[in-house]
Amino acid sequence: MRNIIAIPLLGLAVILQSAIVSQVSLLAGYADLVLVILAAWALQEGVTTAFHWAFLAAIMVSFSSRLPWFIYVAGYFGVVFMGLILQRRVWRAPLLAMFSVTFLGTLTMHLLSYAYLRVAGDPLPFRDSMGLITLPSLLLNLLLSIPIYGFMRDIARWVFPSMEEV
Amino acid sequence: MKDLFSRTLQTTIIFLVVGGILVLSFGGFFSSVTNQFTGGLVSVQQWFATRYLAIQEFLAAPRDIVSLRSRNAELQKQVSDLQAQVISLQQRVNETEILAALVAFSRTNPDSSYKAASVIGRDPSPFLHYIIINRGSNDDIRRGMPVVTSEGLVGRVDAVIADAARVQLITDPASSVNVYLKNTKTDAMLIGSITGDVSLDLISQSATVQPGDLILTSGLGGGFPPDLIVGQVVNVRKLAAELFQQATVQPAVDFSRLQIVLVITNFRAVDIAPLIPTVTP
Repeated sequence: MRNIIAIPLLGLAVILQSAIVSQVSLLAGYADLVLVILAAWALQEGVTTAFHWAFLAAIMVSFSSRLPWFIYVAGYFGVVFMGLILQRRVWRAPLLAMFSVTFLGTLTMHLLSYAYLRVAGDPLPFRDSMGLITLPSLLLNLLLSIPIYGFMRDIARWVFPSMEEV
Repeated sequence: MKDLFSRTLQTTIIFLVVGGILVLSFGGFFSSVTNQFTGGLVSVQQWFATRYLAIQEFLAAPRDIVSLRSRNAELQKQVSDLQAQVISLQQRVNETEILAALVAFSRTNPDSSYKAASVIGRDPSPFLHYIIINRGSNDDIRRGMPVVTSEGLVGRVDAVIADAARVQLITDPASSVNVYLKNTKTDAMLIGSITGDVSLDLISQSATVQPGDLILTSGLGGGFPPDLIVGQVVNVRKLAAELFQQATVQPAVDFSRLQIVLVITNFRAVDIAPLIPTVTP
């Protein structure tokens, strides 16, 4: 039942993404707050609802974006999937896992967006898209991933208290 | 008789002595004595006064500190309240300035009817150049309506919900606007890019395009009303081997500072897609 926190938290993240984060750009790229939150959530120990969060986030983000909902669903599911895999394998180095998931997740999300827009007929040069959008966005996401990971760890400890605490 | 004489004598002597003393003192003969006397008096009085003040301060000081602290807290609260007021008033002044410019713009273009809207967000994807405004179908906003500011063309409404709408900026890579160059009356196509820069394409090779030429919407295609300011030519690229000239454009609108926009509500975009011939096998 405590997972209901996903609704206000992701809602706030989508609002912040649309209103503030998308205004703070580096070249033509900017951070994806929702993606980083999902990556951090998927890496927390004991989290079993990461895919639910990803679906909810995708639906929320697609309300304010021209990209269709299934692109966000696919991208965010990919992020969560990578997070769950790495959480089981590199659990001793959570920040390394966080960086890896953020890096790979951003690349996945951008490749999916690029592919869809190309199919839809948008004239997007691949090299410019990578150099001016994806690489700066990667850097910003990686910078954002450190504080977000700490924040989501606190949230996870609150939602899934360990057996000793119980 | 003898008593009366002695009293008169005594009185006279007293008057004489007092008068003499007064004369001597006014003449300055007693100054050293009076100085010493008054100096002693003053120092005694000063001693008492300083001790009294010290005792008074000792007794009154704790009460003053408490009252000063509470007063200080009150003043700090007042200062923070006033600072908040200043910030909100500055925001109102900015909004008023923007609205005044928009009203002036709508007065200079009385044929169109406008609806002002605030920019409340941007598309979460960095590949797309869209803004979200706080007016929707409840305010008679429809898909395809042009969006402008007092500086010039912003874009067109792409999607509408009840209380909000998404606007495609002219800087979006998928955006294309039919325009003409005011000086040469030459038609061209304004296209966006992923960096947010806009450029002109499909300019006839025979046209003489100069940096600084004003670019206006042509109205061709029915997507935008004619004669909306778009920007100015910055530089021209003309190659003999190519069919058309290209030019980079400085947009009239600063897209990074969009706060309030106007939607032209009495313009209905024409969908000419059914008129475009399709190749059939």
